[in-house]
Amino acid sequence: MTHVLKIEDLHVAVGDKEILRGVNLTINHGETHALMGPNGSGKSTLGLAIMGHPGYEVTGGAITLDGRDVLAMEPDERARAGIFMAFQRPMAIPGVKMADFLRHATTNVRRPERKEGEELIPMREFRKELKEKMEHLRMDSEFARRYVNDGFSGGEMKRAEILQLAMLQPKFAVLDETDSGLDADAVRLASESIADIGHQKMGLLIITHHDKLLEHNPPDFTHVMLGGRLVETGGKELADELHRHGYDRIRKAYPEAEAANQEMLAEESAAV
Amino acid sequence: MSTDAPAKPEIGEINKYNFRTETKGIFKAKKGVNREVVNQISDIKGEPDWMREFRLRSLEIFESKPMPKWGGAIDINFQDIYYYLKPTASQGKTWDDVPQEIKDTFDKLGIPEAEKKFLAGVKAQFESEVVYGSLEEELAKKGVIFTDTDTAVREHPELLREYFGTVIPPEDNKFAALNSAVWSGGSFIYVPKGVTIDFPLQAYFRINAESMGQFERTLILVDEGANVHYVEGCTAPMYTTESLHSAVVEVVVKRNARCRYTTIQNWANNIYNLVTKRAYAYGDATMEWVDGNLGSKLTMKYPAVHMMEPGARGEILSIAFASAGQHQDAGAKLVHEAPNTTGQIISKSISNKGGRSSYRGLVSVMPGATNAKNNVVCDALILDSESRSDTYPYIEISEQDVQIGHEASVSRIGEEQMFYLLSRGLTEQEASTMIVNGFIEPLVKELPMEYAIEMNRLIQLQMEGSVG
Repeated sequence: MTHVLKIEDLHVAVGDKEILRGVNLTINHGETHALMGPNGSGKSTLGLAIMGHPGYEVTGGAITLDGRDVLAMEPDERARAGIFMAFQRPMAIPGVKMADFLRHATTNVRRPERKEGEELIPMREFRKELKEKMEHLRMDSEFARRYVNDGFSGGEMKRAEILQLAMLQPKFAVLDETDSGLDADAVRLASESIADIGHQKMGLLIITHHDKLLEHNPPDFTHVMLGGRLVETGGKELADELHRHGYDRIRKAYPEAEAANQEMLAEESAAV
Repeated sequence: MSTDAPAKPEIGEINKYNFRTETKGIFKAKKGVNREVVNQISDIKGEPDWMREFRLRSLEIFESKPMPKWGGAIDINFQDIYYYLKPTASQGKTWDDVPQEIKDTFDKLGIPEAEKKFLAGVKAQFESEVVYGSLEEELAKKGVIFTDTDTAVREHPELLREYFGTVIPPEDNKFAALNSAVWSGGSFIYVPKGVTIDFPLQAYFRINAESMGQFERTLILVDEGANVHYVEGCTAPMYTTESLHSAVVEVVVKRNARCRYTTIQNWANNIYNLVTKRAYAYGDATMEWVDGNLGSKLTMKYPAVHMMEPGARGEILSIAFASAGQHQDAGAKLVHEAPNTTGQIISKSISNKGGRSSYRGLVSVMPGATNAKNNVVCDALILDSESRSDTYPYIEISEQDVQIGHEASVSRIGEEQMFYLLSRGLTEQEASTMIVNGFIEPLVKELPMEYAIEMNRLIQLQMEGSVG
């Protein structure tokens, strides 16, 4: 059976501010979807809502994974069900070593029925796998002993997120600007790694502003978000067009969504 | 009041240790403390007159001193406590001589296994007296003395008379006076000049008689250029009536010597743990206290280093974990008494399930202690809205030319940190335990391996059921 992540008429609010205003999206396992759109259009919000961030309240619609109600699950249950998000700004957990964190996470995701306190993946087996994955990603072995995202450079954080993607092997992954803040070499390495780990092996929802990541991971579908709605869907050629010409055509074609987007941006800057 | 169900003992966090071995006590002093009891203790131990006089003088000081006005609420009926209990007729010389019921207790604490691994000297205090001690020949060859303090009074009177009660005199505080009057057991260590002991010396303590105070007395002398790490671990079973633990630990670190004293205490929830610990560090000597406090009803403990001569260093690492019904009033004292002395305090406290933890610290720079350097970092982590954390830093500076730093932070587990870990498949319980263990990691990594593992395990037990 092919796994399906289905989002139907999703409405999401932060506080009393509505951000997503009816999003519909179906991702089949093995497909790559690019999610593009100007700043403030709601791309990260969609990812965080899929993952179950407590600050993002779903006010309407549904998310299902193979027919199971994702919205009824806690974030950890979603992870164990096979959903993953690579964060734009992952959190530092001082004092917790990457390897310990990953061993816990990997165990829980691979054994969703594991009870708290039960054995983790055997240390030797885990270390071997982690070492291989890290070598593959050309990461220094010292990385495993560092504290999670603590004092990491932007590039290191992104690579740590990719390492987690590699270890957890989710069914569906949202990658939120996993290529941002990186130099050209690092973008290429990240793009190749993601292609290697995820392309056609998972359902990918890639949020990006750059073309490099999509060059290595050609999207089956490209969606454009504006004002909290997916206003247009196409193939790879739509992503190419947006990279070349920007969002002017889109903004003009969907004045209502554009107005909503401007309103959201204004509220955002007022809040800051 | 309904009587359909028998009163259940409070189920606490340390169930593994919540057991009691039947002890055939050979002798129990009468409840309460007075001249008769103190004399009786001294008689049974066959002590020299100077120690008996020290005890009786201390008793008078105890009776004249008021209860401390700071710290936590202390509700103890001093006349309702046994001050002395002698578990076996004589001290075990070898493992075979140790009575089976005491071995059973040790088995539950895992001591024989620990010994198999690398323990050189096991000093286990069972109730009030050391009943088993094994000392590696190696130590004896180097001239190291590692024994219980009662034996030391008999066998090393010259060292005891010179140092006992000099770092912490009975006048110091009410509980130091009480300990001085009724003390029993504890460790005595002497490390001769220039001798380095490569492995930690360890002791295990355990309270195992209801309403039984434990008043061990430890004295460590580290001679010039010598180096020792002493580790003390404590676990206690659970009881329903109040119990008192009031130890005194005195350490003297001579010129160029180094001493680290590591304690992990995990007391039952009904115990008052009121301990006085102080070290004198002389020229270029280093004294380090590593102090972890879990459990107890109230802990009041502020390990101190007095830097007596130029170049002395004092370092105190303190971890406190206060859970339901617990108050950890812990901290540190650093007293700069000479020029060019350096002190550092790192304190981490965690409050959970309505527990209260307080950091109480003193940094004092005495007249003449020029160019003193001192840095205090104290971080508190509060896990829920019922819990509480307070900071009471006292700073007294009598010199101009000094560098004093103080940083304090109070944090709660952030929603974003939690979400991040949950999004990777960790449960709330696992995530919060992981964040707490990470919070204390800078101190835990200073512990010997098996204590570090034990510490993380204890934290895990303390965290159980903490997330609704």
